[in-house]
Amino acid sequence: MTTVADRPAARSAGRRPGALTIGLSRGALELKQFVRTRAYLVFTLLFPVLIVLIFGAAFHGSAGGGVSYTQYFVTGMIASGLLATGFQNLAIQIPIERDRGVLKRLVGTPMPRSAYFIGKIVMVLVMSVVSTVILLALAVALYGLRLPDTGTKWFTLVWVGLLGVIACTLLGIAYSSLARTGRAAPSMTTPVALVLQFISGVFFVYTSLPGWMQQIAALFPLKWMTQGLRSVFLPDAYAQHEVAHSWELGKVAVVLGAWCVAGLILCLLTFRWTEKD
Amino acid sequence: MDAVTENLAIEVRGLRKAYGTTVAVDGLDLAVRRGEVFALLGPNGAGKTTTVEILEGFRRADGGEIRVLDTDPRAVTPAWRARVGIVLQSTGEFEELTVAEVVHHFATYYPDADDPDKVIERVGLTEKRDARAEKLSGGQKRRLDVALGIIGRPELLFLDEPTTGFDPEARRQFWELIRDLAAAGTTILLTTHYLDEAEALADRVGVIAGGRMVAVAAPADLGDRRNAMATVRWQGPDGPRSERTHTPTAVVAALAERFGGEVPGLTVSRPTLEDIYLSMISKEEAE
Ligand SMILES: Nc1ncnc2c1ncn2[C@@H]1O[C@H](COP(=O)(O)OP(=O)(O)OP(=O)(O)O)[C@@H](O)[C@H]1O
Ligand SMILES: [Mg+2]
Repeated sequence: MTTVADRPAARSAGRRPGALTIGLSRGALELKQFVRTRAYLVFTLLFPVLIVLIFGAAFHGSAGGGVSYTQYFVTGMIASGLLATGFQNLAIQIPIERDRGVLKRLVGTPMPRSAYFIGKIVMVLVMSVVSTVILLALAVALYGLRLPDTGTKWFTLVWVGLLGVIACTLLGIAYSSLARTGRAAPSMTTPVALVLQFISGVFFVYTSLPGWMQQIAALFPLKWMTQGLRSVFLPDAYAQHEVAHSWELGKVAVVLGAWCVAGLILCLLTFRWTEKD
Repeated sequence: MDAVTENLAIEVRGLRKAYGTTVAVDGLDLAVRRGEVFALLGPNGAGKTTTVEILEGFRRADGGEIRVLDTDPRAVTPAWRARVGIVLQSTGEFEELTVAEVVHHFATYYPDADDPDKVIERVGLTEKRDARAEKLSGGQKRRLDVALGIIGRPELLFLDEPTTGFDPEARRQFWELIRDLAAAGTTILLTTHYLDEAEALADRVGVIAGGRMVAVAAPADLGDRRNAMATVRWQGPDGPRSERTHTPTAVVAALAERFGGEVPGLTVSRPTLEDIYLSMISKEEAE
């Protein structure tokens, strides 16, 4: 038991846990908060499932090469799930936390600032895995998607997913500085994600899009995430139906890696803990 | 460094801060001794929050010399943050997390944190420890803010209008808490609009108006209150009467003699801190 009187003696004794330990416990707290916020849960987990079910019921076409449209689409939705948990989530959540004085309270403490970001990353990683598993289970059960049958493909799944999530997370954190208020954040974020989904090979088969649209999409991470995931879940022969007649995994790695670096630099340059005074 | 400055927790000279063309703080001086409870008074928009948030390292001053625990708050370290507790003017919203979760978690940030459950009890939230922050009443959310301000056992505690929304009992409980902290040696800088609060807690009060410090004194001495004229009121034969005097005892004695005993409706009053403060502010505004 500590009492008021023993303050000065106790002062020197204490030691603060490191950034990683605090960051991990922040991650646990972030997850608790996430799971308790019904709106976040619905948006990141239920909404993609609903879209997949609706599209799966409505469209029966083929994406070519013996791949059904639904199989093509559901790989895109897995990538979109990563975009939602990383980019959309953080770009919406952080301005709200800034608005509500949570960030200001955190920087007023000796908490290592990196612990805040570690906590966010932990939350995003866990939610990404959950979202991916749910969508995969659905796709395997209902749409005949086959799980990867080689170690190489599993490895591709891991690195594409990880690089994609990291890029999306960093970009979400960077983007969160654009919204001046928490209320403005959703309307600034959702259209960006939606447009990317339309042009990056989620809702439409990428090769069926006009060339200029493909070129715009190729600048952003989502297109490369969907392509990388198609290499994991679609038959090898389907590579012929891609724009370059191959999965271009090297290029996937380079573009996603570049976005990670760019996202990190943007975060470091632009992140605001409080509104400008 | 001389003995006087060594004893100061906060030392500010010529502090200036403008937002665009609005000058919020205009050459303010402030010195708070270690272990002192100092209350900042002043009308809305006087520059109290601006001053306090500059001292907390949240806002940048345009000019002036600032030392807070011997450090320039423009370049603070986590070690400095660990010694400083902050309760902001605006209430924090922790949404879906419970009181206990938030307080326990903030405790992990500090090298020498207090016992979270004890802190929850000290701010009177024990019954609400498992309630979600979003479900707390306004005053209860405020108490959570206070809990987060003191969880690190700060040497220096900033409180910006801490008791806004407190019911009378909660306010008394809060006063006890502040007195305990002060007795344990914590330096406290608080802003308030409640003159009784300043009088109950502060060793000295400073009055800010228009971004300047217009008076600093012990509550009993502010505006020469100790020597201010007393007012004697009584019920005369043709209605209420009053007399302002430096010698109220003599006036009462004379009245007692005149009435041959009890003086009907007799009261003797001195200006309250609020009277002194209001006349001070209206004089400032007239200038
Ligand atoms: N972020 C800001 N941007 C622009 N002007 C500001 C900002 N913060 C404060 N001001 C202005 O600076 C002046 C001082 O404000 P401040 O918040 O310091 O007053 P205060 O004494 O704390 O008032 P109150 O008692 O109402 O809390 C006001 O005129 C206010 O409008
Ligand atoms: Mg204020």
